[in-house]
Amino acid sequence: MSLFIKNAVIVNADQISAQPQDILLERGVIAKIATTINAQPTDVVEASGKFVLPGLIDLHVHLRQPGGEDKETIETGSRAAAKGGFTTIFCMPNTDPVIDNAMIVEAIIKEAKRVGLVNVFPVGAISRGQKGQELTDMFELKEAGCLALSDDGRAVGNAQLMRLALEYAKMAGLLLIEHCEDPTLSHCRVMNEGMNSTLLGLKGIPGAAETVIVGRDIELAHYLKTKIHLAHISLKRSVELIRWAKAQAIGVTAEATPHHFTLTDDMVKSFDTKTKVNPPLRTPEDVEALKEALKDGTIDCIASDHAPHTEEEKEFEYDQAPFGMIGLETALGLAVTELVEKKYLTWPQLVEKMSTRPARIVGLANKGEIQEGKDADMTIVDPQKEWVVKKEEFASKSKNSPFIGRKLKGCVVATICGGKVVYQVN
Amino acid sequence: MPPWERHDLLDLQELTKEEIELILETAKSFKEVSTRDVKKVPALRGKTVVMLFFESSTRTRTSFELAAKRLSADTLSLSASGSSLAKGESILDTAKNIEAMNVDIIVVRHAASGVPQMLADALGPSVINAGDGCRAHPTQALLDLFTIKERFGRIEGLKVGIVGDILHSRVARSNIWGLTKLGARVTLCGPATLMPVGIEQTGARVTYDLKDILKDSNVLMVLRLQKERQEEKFLPSLREYAKMFGINKEKLKIALKDVLIMHPGPTNRGLEISAEVADGPHSVILEQVTNGVAIRMAVLYLVAGTKGIPPP
Repeated sequence: MSLFIKNAVIVNADQISAQPQDILLERGVIAKIATTINAQPTDVVEASGKFVLPGLIDLHVHLRQPGGEDKETIETGSRAAAKGGFTTIFCMPNTDPVIDNAMIVEAIIKEAKRVGLVNVFPVGAISRGQKGQELTDMFELKEAGCLALSDDGRAVGNAQLMRLALEYAKMAGLLLIEHCEDPTLSHCRVMNEGMNSTLLGLKGIPGAAETVIVGRDIELAHYLKTKIHLAHISLKRSVELIRWAKAQAIGVTAEATPHHFTLTDDMVKSFDTKTKVNPPLRTPEDVEALKEALKDGTIDCIASDHAPHTEEEKEFEYDQAPFGMIGLETALGLAVTELVEKKYLTWPQLVEKMSTRPARIVGLANKGEIQEGKDADMTIVDPQKEWVVKKEEFASKSKNSPFIGRKLKGCVVATICGGKVVYQVN
Repeated sequence: MPPWERHDLLDLQELTKEEIELILETAKSFKEVSTRDVKKVPALRGKTVVMLFFESSTRTRTSFELAAKRLSADTLSLSASGSSLAKGESILDTAKNIEAMNVDIIVVRHAASGVPQMLADALGPSVINAGDGCRAHPTQALLDLFTIKERFGRIEGLKVGIVGDILHSRVARSNIWGLTKLGARVTLCGPATLMPVGIEQTGARVTYDLKDILKDSNVLMVLRLQKERQEEKFLPSLREYAKMFGINKEKLKIALKDVLIMHPGPTNRGLEISAEVADGPHSVILEQVTNGVAIRMAVLYLVAGTKGIPPP
């Protein structure tokens, strides 16, 4: 089985190809890249005028299966990923039951293979049942296919347990991903604490709920000489702590979401529950700090934190509605519109944030770049095309996006995973 | 005065000074109605007003109900326990069902901030906020303004101290907007753990020392300390609160001779206010209740948009 991509302007993290190239994909790998390839493959994808990027990788997705199939399934989530240009996604363990044992990991991988669209890596839980009391069987989770563990949805609140988890995960060769939120500071609170929460009469989550855990985990990683990945960083102050840690050569990496580098808590004034997300939308100052941090490398990568919820659940009052917004299908468009168009990132830097760095962070050596011998995962993008986010066009089972109606630049025209076209615009 | 054009009344933050003054003026004429032998005018005859109370309330609900009845509206009162909300129906769904019965005005109270706005965005009938979460309680603030104006003849230039749990108080928030728009100087006083972040940006001053507001305030608004809050441990003890922030006769010795003592009720006597002060010569707590009916008549009347029918 082979696929032939013609006239591709290849964008890797280190460069954009000076002239269009032909790419031949065979048996799931990149067989050949050359100015002209004389081959007779069965399928051809014409890419002239488009950018061909290494397949996008999202370290932070909620697929909701098992247990939340009314919100999303592995199948609908895979379709949303493919439509958004993602070829590899990591799904968080806060399902029901929690992804905390080998059987569930294997079942998810099996279902993702049956769906056959994108690579799905389940993120196992750090603590059994995500209860924050005892560690999961990490070697077993690794053997079943996990590359990373997280208690996402909540932090590992107990510092001693986090210490043990970091030590054990280091031995097992697993990455830990922390959801930075001190539960005692954020309990029952629903939006960013500040002027807006005060005027709206909504309970505010202080920024310190995030930074207290960021600071704690940086110190633990330093003390234990190990690595930690910090999920969905939302604050200027967190950025400053991470920047300091990196200057000390502490093994910390971090991600930011498109909604956190695009939206502010002014949006909450509408009381539209689609703006309710955790961590909450912050201030213009924080948005600016995140964009600067992506530019200077303090924040390593962009992750969507795709968090589907049904319309029925989101119809409740702001206090009661669940946290989360979908993001797989708007991530690239937002990154191009907010970061590339506004000159924070170049296209190669965007590729670094959305493919190359995430691949390195979790240790996927054959992904994240377009080179002969690497995996045949690619995203073809029309960099100039503008489009409007429409509710009825989401492939995701849920529609809880605050970006509906927004005009974005940069559109995925085809997604290729394992040498196979898994999404293509008509 | 400009005509009233708003379909809903959600908060004083969005009102202009002129709009607030229009409500106060309108209430003045309605206050007289309640003193008549026949306490009824036909202003809202044929209109249906629904009280949708998702949070318990005696004072505000009866005040609205009486106001609507004195305007000859048909009224319907719904409380959370008796509604389908207990059966898992969403608030929007409940409200849409009521809308389908062709009502004209929905008066809503809810423990969650933002619910009146959600309903106003989604429904056709006018929505009047009767208190939402910690956000707003516009008719309470309006009746407070009315009471102050009745006593002093003005709002502008007055010093108003608001003391208590500012963090959880919708009464304080709405009063800050109303008072500052009409030119009063507002100082907030309460324990630091019950003072919301960034509240100074409204233009109100903040102090933690009760003496600061006792010595020069023309008006002292004492807020109800909700004892439930104590479960969240915002305070070391109620005893210490009463000692530091409670208003009693002894503390009032340094106050202005004609200071006005207000309280939105119900009072925790002996906690935030002593019985002696609540029932004393400075207190206008019961006048506030009386004026509440007039204010709510005015708001219902204006929102109903019954142009052409002059107030009595």
